[in-house]
Amino acid sequence: MCLALPALVTELLPDDNARVELGGVAKTVSLALVSDVKPGDYVIVHVGYALSVIDPEEAARTLELFREMGELAEDVPA
Amino acid sequence: MKYIDEFRDGEVAQSIARAIKAEADPGSTYHIMEFCGGHTHAISRYGLEDLLPANVRMIHGPGCPVCVLPVGRIDAAIWLAKQPGVTLVTYGDMLRVPGSKRLSLLKAKAEGADVRMVYSTMDAIKLASANPDRQVVFFAIGFETTTPPTAVAIKQAQALGLRNFSVFCNHVLTPSAITQILDSPEVRELGTVRLDAFIGPAHVSTVIGSRPYEYFAEEYQRPVVIAGFEPLDVMQAVRMLVRQINDGRFEVENEFARAVTRDGNEKAKSLVADMFELRRVFEWRGLGLVPYSALRLKEPYAAWDAERRWDVPQDSPPDNKACECGAILRGVKKPTDCKLFGTVCTPENPMGSCMVSAEGACAAHWTYGRFRDLEKSDA
Ligand code: SF4
Repeated sequence: MCLALPALVTELLPDDNARVELGGVAKTVSLALVSDVKPGDYVIVHVGYALSVIDPEEAARTLELFREMGELAEDVPA
Repeated sequence: MKYIDEFRDGEVAQSIARAIKAEADPGSTYHIMEFCGGHTHAISRYGLEDLLPANVRMIHGPGCPVCVLPVGRIDAAIWLAKQPGVTLVTYGDMLRVPGSKRLSLLKAKAEGADVRMVYSTMDAIKLASANPDRQVVFFAIGFETTTPPTAVAIKQAQALGLRNFSVFCNHVLTPSAITQILDSPEVRELGTVRLDAFIGPAHVSTVIGSRPYEYFAEEYQRPVVIAGFEPLDVMQAVRMLVRQINDGRFEVENEFARAVTRDGNEKAKSLVADMFELRRVFEWRGLGLVPYSALRLKEPYAAWDAERRWDVPQDSPPDNKACECGAILRGVKKPTDCKLFGTVCTPENPMGSCMVSAEGACAAHWTYGRFRDLEKSDA
């Protein structure tokens, strides 16, 4: 029950709710626990609530780190 | 799917695995506990243990809220569900957790109790508004990620003047559970369980931040990496921990910088701080009585506290004797050490809490791991 996934915010709804999309499935989630969310943001959704907003720059940086490490690993004999 | 698929790339996982192998000292072993059931699930599902060198061992921790709730609290929820006029609502997994005398909420429901599953606390509020003649009790469980949603529901009940809604609060805290494990005799004195480092759950830290781990990284001299739940996140966290161990460092590092900051979600934290207070002690399955490890509602919110509205039994009956969940949750045993695993106990007919939710060590191993055991014994 703890699995939480990043979902794309597609529309802001009244009462601090939002429409989000996750792998083609649309859902309504609450934005009561986050601030300044706009359509186009990705939020981490857990039991129907957005818990945080994904920072695209940090995400790109993490992926870049993985790649660099892969290249480093290629240099060491396995 | 964005932010999911790219963190599941098999080739990158292989290259991180090679980096770990290159960096891990073949002369030592690395014992890394993944605290959270979400990580246990990812490790089983993607077969990450098979990618790691043999001297890097993963130990499952107690971070599965369904698993750690003791029998007494399940019995208490069943008791509540049987009170006249009560509709008990909770997250799906809780329905199948066995209480004592082999009863569960699901069985209580079959016997006529009004028990319902909700996806979100918002559904619980809707149910209470639509059924003013019923007392709707939300059986609240979970770590720091599910507490703020419970708090929002209580705020809403307050705003709507809902007098027929209350919460049976079982929210627990991650850092105190990790401390309890590090203080356990198996780790401290007997040395039967070695724990060199921890992977901290990202989603808990989206709320509490990375700061709460700083104390025990320092105090217990154990490195912590807060990591996401995709396979590359877990692999990267292992690599960061191997590095810290090699360097003799014990710092809190954040692999999930894409959504975790040092201070976490202030809005959620202040809501929780405003509404909840620490229980002096709370019983955990496997860990026993853990001081200051759980929350209850503060006095101003007493009207929404099911434990103040009803005289909820506070018994603590023992676990099913054959079930090893307690030892598994302490990192002392593995699911396959249990005689009931996969024979008497399966997800369809769980004998213990670790077989119920997808994050439970037994359920994760049953779903994904047992085929690997077979392959290995065939090879
Ligand atoms: S297999 Fe079942 S009975 Fe055995 S430890 Fe796991 S949950 Fe308990």
